[in-house]
Amino acid sequence: MALLEVDHLDIRFPLRHDEIRAVRDVSFALERGERLGIVGESGAGKSVLAFSLLKLLSRPGYIAGGRVRFEGRELTTLSDRQLRRIRGNRVAMIFQDPLTTLNPTLTIGRQMIESLKAHRRISERRARAIALHKLRQVQVSSPEQRFEQYPHQLSGGLCQRVVIAIALLLDPDIIIADEPTTALDVTIQAEIIALLTQLCGKHNVGLIVISHDLCVIGQLTQRLLVMYAGRIVEQGPTREIINDAQHPYTQGLINALPQMTLPRQRLAQIPGNMPSLARVPDGCAFHPRCRYRFTPQGRLRQACVERVPEAVSSGGSRVACHWVRELITTVPIEEEAI
Amino acid sequence: MSPETRSPATVWRRFRGSYFLYRLQRNRRAQVCLTLFVLIMASVLLAPWIAPSNPYDLAQINLLDSELPPFWIAGSEPAHLLGTDVQGRDLLSSMLYGARVSIAIGFGAVLLQSVLGTALGLLAGYRGGFVDALLMRLADIQLSFSTLMMAIIIGAVVKAAFGGAFYGDYGVVILILIIGLSEWPQYARTVRASVLAEKQKDYVDAARVLGFSSYRIMLRHLLPNTLTPIFVLSTIQVANAIMAEAALSFLGLGMPETEPSLGSLIKSGFDYLQSDSWWITLLPGLFLVTLVLVINLLGDWLRDTMNPRLHKG
Amino acid sequence: MNPTDSLQTLGRAADVPAPLVRVRGLHKRFALHPERLLPWRFDKRRRAWRRQRIHAVNGVDLDIQRGDALCVVGESGCGKSTLARLIMGLLTASDGEVSYDGQRVDRLDAKQWRPFRRRMQMIFQNPHSSLNPRLTMRQTLEEPIRFHHPDWPRSKIRHRADALMADVGVDIGWGERFAHELSGGQRQRIAIARALSVEPEFIVADEPVSALDVSVQAQIMNLLMDAQAERRLTYLFITHDLAVVEHFATQVAVMYRGTICELADADTLFAQPRHPYTRALLAASPRLEDSDTEPLRLSDEDPPPIETSSGCVFRERCPHVNARCQREMPAALVTRDGHRVACHAVEEGRVP
Repeated sequence: MALLEVDHLDIRFPLRHDEIRAVRDVSFALERGERLGIVGESGAGKSVLAFSLLKLLSRPGYIAGGRVRFEGRELTTLSDRQLRRIRGNRVAMIFQDPLTTLNPTLTIGRQMIESLKAHRRISERRARAIALHKLRQVQVSSPEQRFEQYPHQLSGGLCQRVVIAIALLLDPDIIIADEPTTALDVTIQAEIIALLTQLCGKHNVGLIVISHDLCVIGQLTQRLLVMYAGRIVEQGPTREIINDAQHPYTQGLINALPQMTLPRQRLAQIPGNMPSLARVPDGCAFHPRCRYRFTPQGRLRQACVERVPEAVSSGGSRVACHWVRELITTVPIEEEAI
Repeated sequence: MSPETRSPATVWRRFRGSYFLYRLQRNRRAQVCLTLFVLIMASVLLAPWIAPSNPYDLAQINLLDSELPPFWIAGSEPAHLLGTDVQGRDLLSSMLYGARVSIAIGFGAVLLQSVLGTALGLLAGYRGGFVDALLMRLADIQLSFSTLMMAIIIGAVVKAAFGGAFYGDYGVVILILIIGLSEWPQYARTVRASVLAEKQKDYVDAARVLGFSSYRIMLRHLLPNTLTPIFVLSTIQVANAIMAEAALSFLGLGMPETEPSLGSLIKSGFDYLQSDSWWITLLPGLFLVTLVLVINLLGDWLRDTMNPRLHKG
Repeated sequence: MNPTDSLQTLGRAADVPAPLVRVRGLHKRFALHPERLLPWRFDKRRRAWRRQRIHAVNGVDLDIQRGDALCVVGESGCGKSTLARLIMGLLTASDGEVSYDGQRVDRLDAKQWRPFRRRMQMIFQNPHSSLNPRLTMRQTLEEPIRFHHPDWPRSKIRHRADALMADVGVDIGWGERFAHELSGGQRQRIAIARALSVEPEFIVADEPVSALDVSVQAQIMNLLMDAQAERRLTYLFITHDLAVVEHFATQVAVMYRGTICELADADTLFAQPRHPYTRALLAASPRLEDSDTEPLRLSDEDPPPIETSSGCVFRERCPHVNARCQREMPAALVTRDGHRVACHAVEEGRVP
């Protein structure tokens, strides 16, 4: 049994006149000790998905369908109180900006001790010992001294280490990290990536990383979900996807990176813009920007415009694309549609 | 704004689809307040046509009709729906005409305050440094004088210089000056604060890099982006100005009884409160409270609606 | 070149033409606590009262040749944006000089600046705040044209705005929209069109693609490179993203805590980085391909950003630090091929 299983999850935000479907029909699983990446551009629904796993959705948003199971236990139907117990104890979150995550008016030590005591009946001395131990685990130098300092006295990298230490305090089973390195400098970023990788292996913690940065995701995760307009378009082993992406959108995303083109040459850009979640095109959401919506003969593939593609297995990945399906099965999709 | 982009049709379409209208449709209290406000404004503006009599016209006043009670009390007359005062003036007409004066002073004073305060606030916020320090200290000094003190000083000076008759003739203008001059720091501070926030944004730097003059940046780029807080503040300030005028008139520092505002009406009836003619004071008082309350509630609602942090439609 | 000038053209052979932008000995200090009545604090170690200031830009020398794309790369807070704003005259330098096409521009007032405003433009990082929310896109583009060409008829101005929108790939129909109705990429296109509207020859771009999504980032970078080719632009490009630098730059300056530690043309810098900081930066930048190389470990404890008087700015984090680095600030060492490094360890041959 997987640690976390998400099954056909649907999340909606009611608007004035209609609804935004932020996450549509998303299914995936996370094993113990596995590092999973969710990549997508802004508005792809990746943060909404991550927050919904713990029902941390901001108010108007709601889960319209599907299941989230944690160790086989259904989360979507739990009461707030039961959820709260799981939230702090078993699942921890790391946010983008470490400075806004930490309380500026409390010392590092106080914050760690308080969050321990909030979840466990534990003595001050014992809490202090655990907190210091966790700071050592995230390789904070001279932890006793840091203990008495305030967040603003630490550099960004140290702050993020402290945030990770707080996330580890209660020995969670899952850590959800929303853009954990985006606010950090390049030299610090590499170390945080190494630290997270090492911690997950050592403590057998499942990690879900949300990022727009394919390079970071590529270094940090083993499995990857690529999201576009609320749906998963491709999922599979990270290396495999980066080296040989199947879905036209993933291909476009990777080819658009400056690294993929010689210096001073035009970059391979994806035409057009990400659709707003309120106005997702019919059929395959990517089709207006996709060059494979035309057959080699230059005819429009009707299926791309009319039907949402189902995921098919291709290599080690699952890809939701009519064109890929046609390549694999060599059945022209037009005929199949009839 | 260039004229070709703002035809009435587009403005109307924008309004129909606007967040403002959407919020209004969902808020019963705001609807009631807006209706009341429109009703009051309409009846006050149309007073010369809808009021039963003209209280300024001595020929229409009959002393024999003095201290008639309102219609629900025995002894009333159908011609005077809300009764009459000691001089036999129709109370409903007096109130409508009085509210006209009060509202004129309220809006006039706020216009003066906002123009003066906005200009100085823009200057202080954009220039910063010495200009900012100087203007803000001036504002502090101004705020440490109460409106009442300003009124007594200016009133005394005007009366001494031009005589009481002049004061009577130009009462409205003098009150606008007094209330307008004593409240500008409210605007200056609000505008300065939002200019300081807007100045951090790159579009101001972009305007500087394009070589635009300071005045162009202040008037065309910063001012339009500070209009929301100015507008919200104005609703509250109108209510405050009406109250201030009423207080001054009640104390005899405001409008003369020959051209009564709501405040002077309340004052004129105050002596008869004990002699059972309570309506002469109480009815204008109720009218004043309703007017101020409606404006304040509308202002609160506007503030919530226009708050950009809540506004994500 | 001005014969009285004691400084040589940095890192270039003597026969190259005069640079378009010349920066010499530029300093910018900010008060650390501007709200305090007294800016001085007692320094216990030195037993003296000292002003607490941040030295955001600390003695920068820079030449930008016509047609170059000089990228300034560095981590947050290294002073790269301050440098850009100093060159554009949005901030006043504490010391040093900036010349544009042979004329000093660092002490000009707004009116004297105006002729230069048509030649030098700037693009900002955050497309959400760089457009005035109360103006339509057409108004945003027409205002600078009208301002700099008051004699032009309305139809000509309109025509020009249309052409600009077409050039940056924005549908002309979007002209009546406001900034909040556009996506980040479209806003950045309009911001670029606004900068191009006065037909400049030099553009400072302060992290123009950092706030954008990957696919949009590629579109905007292509747009900037096309504009450079078509309009023969010179760029000063500020960024923290080495992949963008490697792609875009002809020259690269690496900044750390207000100073330039290394400057070279792009190929040389990426092939043979010499300064320890540049090496750490290159080793740390995440690559798409799987790499097992351990990143150079630097301590992540930044020293407080208060003005330091002596020593190399990188000494707290440098693996090659010695007594001399603690004591004196390294001067720029220029090699024959124009590669410029400010490091004692490189100078003494302690690092290869």
